[in-house]
Amino acid sequence: MSIQSMTLREWLLSETPTSRRQARLAAYYKGWLTLRANHMAMAGLAIIVLLVGVAIFAPLLAPHDPYYQDLGNRLQPLGTEGHILGTDSLGRDILSRLIWGARITLYIVALVAMIAPIVGLLVGTVSGYAGGWVDIVLMRVTDIFLAFPRLVLALAFVAALGAGIENAVLAISLTAWPPYARLARAETLTIRSSDFISAIRLQGAGPLLIITKHIWPLCISSLIVRVTLDMAGIILAAAGLGFLGLGAQPPSPEWGAMISEGRRFILDYWWVATMPGLAIFAVSLAFNLLGDGLRDVLDPKDSSS
Amino acid sequence: MSTAIDIKGLNVYFGDSHNLFHAVKSATFAVESGASFGLVGESGSGKSTILKAITGLAPYWEGEMTVAGQPLGAKRDRAFYKTVQMVFQDPYASLHPRQSVDQVLSETLRLHGFKDINDRVDQLLKDVGLGPAFRFRYPHQLSGGQRQRVAIARALAPNPKILLLDEPTSALDVSVQAEILNLLKDLQAEHDLTYVMVSHDLAVVAHMCDAAAVMRNGEIVEILSIEDMRAGKTAHDYTMQLLNASANRVATVAAD
Repeated sequence: MSIQSMTLREWLLSETPTSRRQARLAAYYKGWLTLRANHMAMAGLAIIVLLVGVAIFAPLLAPHDPYYQDLGNRLQPLGTEGHILGTDSLGRDILSRLIWGARITLYIVALVAMIAPIVGLLVGTVSGYAGGWVDIVLMRVTDIFLAFPRLVLALAFVAALGAGIENAVLAISLTAWPPYARLARAETLTIRSSDFISAIRLQGAGPLLIITKHIWPLCISSLIVRVTLDMAGIILAAAGLGFLGLGAQPPSPEWGAMISEGRRFILDYWWVATMPGLAIFAVSLAFNLLGDGLRDVLDPKDSSS
Repeated sequence: MSTAIDIKGLNVYFGDSHNLFHAVKSATFAVESGASFGLVGESGSGKSTILKAITGLAPYWEGEMTVAGQPLGAKRDRAFYKTVQMVFQDPYASLHPRQSVDQVLSETLRLHGFKDINDRVDQLLKDVGLGPAFRFRYPHQLSGGQRQRVAIARALAPNPKILLLDEPTSALDVSVQAEILNLLKDLQAEHDLTYVMVSHDLAVVAHMCDAAAVMRNGEIVEILSIEDMRAGKTAHDYTMQLLNASANRVATVAAD
């Protein structure tokens, strides 16, 4: 069985991989096949890829400068010449603002997705593995954070730190990590009493190695699923902070702030608030669909086939 | 022959001070190096707990334990884990679900400070009767018997002198059980290993061991040689009950 005589697909699906690289790639490829069979998840993935593409190529795609004001041309309806999605109260092109706003949305999502789950993973696994006093202290701190309504806590943080997109991200992250810590701790508690952890302890492995190499890989999949499902909530929280004037500041084309501006004349000029609303809806839905699909792929309980 | 394991007056407890469970009550036994010693009894009799106490997985114990001439304290050092290794009961639970056979064995070898990891992984797989084709498989691509072979390979990785076997075949099909037991016998001869084997199956113990301790409710009620066990010469009623319960199977093993 030489490599030349096999197609790439056969090589990846081989029951007897011959190298570390092949085994790893095969595992990824099988996950991809499962994900691809889920049409809804693929639709979600397509929207997210589109969003990323739009954000990267915003300067090329946007027909106008998102900050260019033209008061003589304000509140144009949908389908106006040169402004497909109309213009807002200052005569700025809504489509261009949506396209540039994709960058801000992605920025928020990426930063929160980097901070909250990692903090949660650290706190949760350490708490679950160490047990005893460490567990009690860390979990009570988590409880305190969980006891506050999320948006109110984020509001308090932003009010203390000052309005702005970075502080909004920080505030959302600070309120978003406790559920991840809980999840990671619950997973750790079931994992740490299992035989394979005992087995590696009997090889003389220390707690650091056990947590990073043996517990994290099993926690991460459920965290990834949870993150993608939470993305919608994070985007909405960011939009909510923007809407309240505590997130992105004008004239930045953040979608929540755009809704907030359009709210004043929503009855007469409905598209000004509706278009960014639809964008938020589409992206939130996309993350939810992808999260559902990823859960099917990554859940270790289902991967035994 | 020197003594591989010497245990005197071992008590093991579970739980905290309010709700203490006395799992093993003053157990005393010794195992010669190169011998196979069985621990038999019904479930909950404390036989696996003794293994846990030896390996340091059961933290609350008192008494004297001496392994390969070294008295055991509260902590086990790396040298201990190079001498003593354990094979767990359930091969479906004892392998990390996200690690390939190669990862499991390489990591173990790295922890024990070996350098020529590639060759050793191949050698270990050959030792337990798995070819190189299995090296990059994940546990879900292996059968129960193959998984247990991988678990045995992992236990053999540091070249231990003593192997603790916690019901190594009870989770497996009957046909596979015999294969694994024979593999363990061959490995013992090859690597000059000392076995302590926990089982509820007297037939398995009669097949594998030279002597056995019978346990009930955390106490060792009797230690007897396998010849006596096969001949039905026991001093204790409970042992007699156990023997009667599996009499025909012990006899068939004896006839082999």
